[in-house]
Amino acid sequence: MVAEPATSKTPERSTTPERSSLIKSGGLFGNNVGDSIFYWGTMLFAASVLVVCLLIFLQLWKGALPSMHRFGIRFLYTRTWDPVQEVFGALPFIYGTLVSSLLALLIAVPIGLGTAVFLSELAPPWLRTPVSFLVELLAAVPSVVYGLWGIFVLVPALRPVEIWLGDRFGTIGGHDVVLFQGAPYGIGMLAGGLILAIMILPFITAVSREVIRAVPPSQREAAYGLGATHWEALKGPILRYARTGIMGAIILGLARALGETMAVTMVIGNSPNMSWSLFDQGYTLASVLANEFAEATSDLYVSALIQLALILFGTTIVVNAIARLLIWSMVRNTQQGIVRE
Amino acid sequence: MKVTAGWKWGAVGAVLALSGCVSSGTAEQNQTLSGTATDQNSTTAQTNTTGTGGAKGQLTGAGATFPYPIYSKWFDTYGSKNGVQINYQSIGSGGGIQQLKAGTVDFGASDAPLKADDEKAMPGPVVHIPTVGGSVAIAYNLPGVQSLKLDGPTLANIYLGKVKKWDDPSIAALNAGAKLPSTTIAVAHRADGSGTTNIFTTYLKTVSPEWGTKVGSGKAVSWPTGVGGKGNEGVTGVVKQQPGGIGYVELNYAIQNKLSVASLKNKDGQFVEPTVDSTTAAIAGGLPALQKDIKAPLVNEAGAKAYPIVGLTYILVYKQQKDPAKGKALTGFLKWAMADGQSMAKDLAYAPLPAEVIKMNATAIDAIK
Repeated sequence: MVAEPATSKTPERSTTPERSSLIKSGGLFGNNVGDSIFYWGTMLFAASVLVVCLLIFLQLWKGALPSMHRFGIRFLYTRTWDPVQEVFGALPFIYGTLVSSLLALLIAVPIGLGTAVFLSELAPPWLRTPVSFLVELLAAVPSVVYGLWGIFVLVPALRPVEIWLGDRFGTIGGHDVVLFQGAPYGIGMLAGGLILAIMILPFITAVSREVIRAVPPSQREAAYGLGATHWEALKGPILRYARTGIMGAIILGLARALGETMAVTMVIGNSPNMSWSLFDQGYTLASVLANEFAEATSDLYVSALIQLALILFGTTIVVNAIARLLIWSMVRNTQQGIVRE
Repeated sequence: MKVTAGWKWGAVGAVLALSGCVSSGTAEQNQTLSGTATDQNSTTAQTNTTGTGGAKGQLTGAGATFPYPIYSKWFDTYGSKNGVQINYQSIGSGGGIQQLKAGTVDFGASDAPLKADDEKAMPGPVVHIPTVGGSVAIAYNLPGVQSLKLDGPTLANIYLGKVKKWDDPSIAALNAGAKLPSTTIAVAHRADGSGTTNIFTTYLKTVSPEWGTKVGSGKAVSWPTGVGGKGNEGVTGVVKQQPGGIGYVELNYAIQNKLSVASLKNKDGQFVEPTVDSTTAAIAGGLPALQKDIKAPLVNEAGAKAYPIVGLTYILVYKQQKDPAKGKALTGFLKWAMADGQSMAKDLAYAPLPAEVIKMNATAIDAIK
């Protein structure tokens, strides 16, 4: 209120010579008022993303405080999750989230990349369009539908496969193979990883295909001109050129896998185990939240759940940061390589 | 992750905003969103009933998903008869209690009564009005076994992971003559917090001291064994498809899906199947306890026909109503639910309350000012 006289003068000031000359000469905001509005407008949109993330973080932090005070750093490495005794530890959920997502990547990346290469480089045109369309259609299926399909179709189909895997590879040379131990219920980490793989496949495929298509034709022509085979042209000039983009596609898939809730919840078994076996049940951070948040009444319980959300938030940031670093170092190496060559 | 947490809060916000709009406007259309009738987190499900003329009153409530099918029928029927518009959000008991505490709804609904600590934390004295009863059925999948009998200690041992095979001597002793296979028992339980789990674990605690010390009871517990399914449908999925499967589901869900259910040995030593009648019989058997405390659990009650895993679902209201008009509308509805409302329960596989409990409720409703 004290500053009122000053603010009332501001409109006059804006017509002062310095300001108008700044606008006329292009200056900070481009050539005209329109550009200036455009600049601030788009910046506001970009900033709103940052603000939303920040608000989510603050809200989660505030909500998680009682749990953080109670359990401290132990929350991250203890394995008990007992709502009755109100003893909470997040380790099995962190483990389940990371393992199911990595499993999904292991399955989806080769398939997705293979599909992308086929569609962009090798497929005849009449096949290209329908297959691309179908791949993108996969992305539009709601996750609860994937989950129900998982329970009623995938899991029963997986059971004999697990029995076969257990019989065939459960023991090799007298040693138990940890990956294939335990009762083959069908519901478990393998089912969770598979359903996630199917869900992230369209993202990896569609983005990779676009990236590979964006490789300049001169790269291909040069390779073929030197007598390269399809495979040689692909692994050298084309995939090398596109690899940062492909990494981006994989990260997009990973981010989706980390946060996916409903479909995984329905098939992963929801037991806070930490087992090497693919047949065993697991539990992910997002699944616990979906399962227990609605009926959690005590304050500490709710707070522990919010802390899980905070950990998921943190995990996503850390995984994305690592992926960015990877891309960054790749880009740098590629550039150096070009300079050297 | 961002999506998950944001979605949770966002959805709650959206529902609040939506209910705000509906109750402030003169909603002309008479609509009932008969969404998911099962005990899942149907955040968006809500009932909106209006009278044919001008609404005489508007009430909002939030809470349990288990009684949602009967509540939505009640609100619809009562609303069209008496012009009281009742909006109900079946967001889960936890959410209902939170909203009642915050004063954003006129009544809450919960499958479990408030714990003493939680009741103290409420801004005023809260009255518990039980509305209908429900029971928890034990579904199983044993090809070739037509009927299965179990008792409490055996059931507890199965869920403790101590009884692992179907031909275990303890099960065989209860089922003389049945050809029990030697398959492994595939235990399934609810993974999401639910009133069903609360009733089931309360029963196990009552019949097995070991369950009490090792696990305890609650809407979500730390399970010693088994696969967690989301919702009744998740548990059913495991049981139906896995030979040797066993799981617990709400009675109405078991009836709708024609699941094979086990007879349980009750306090009087009789084997009783879960039905609406055996549920009402159990509530009658629990009368002495209920007369002392309306919040008493109803597991393992006396009575030859009483099914042992039974619970009540409650509507929670403040004893002192801030708005007398709303208080009057609320007590009007509750009185109707205790009379005409009860006759609708059986069709939807809920157990009507015995006359004695209705009498107790009448006294409690009269005390609401």
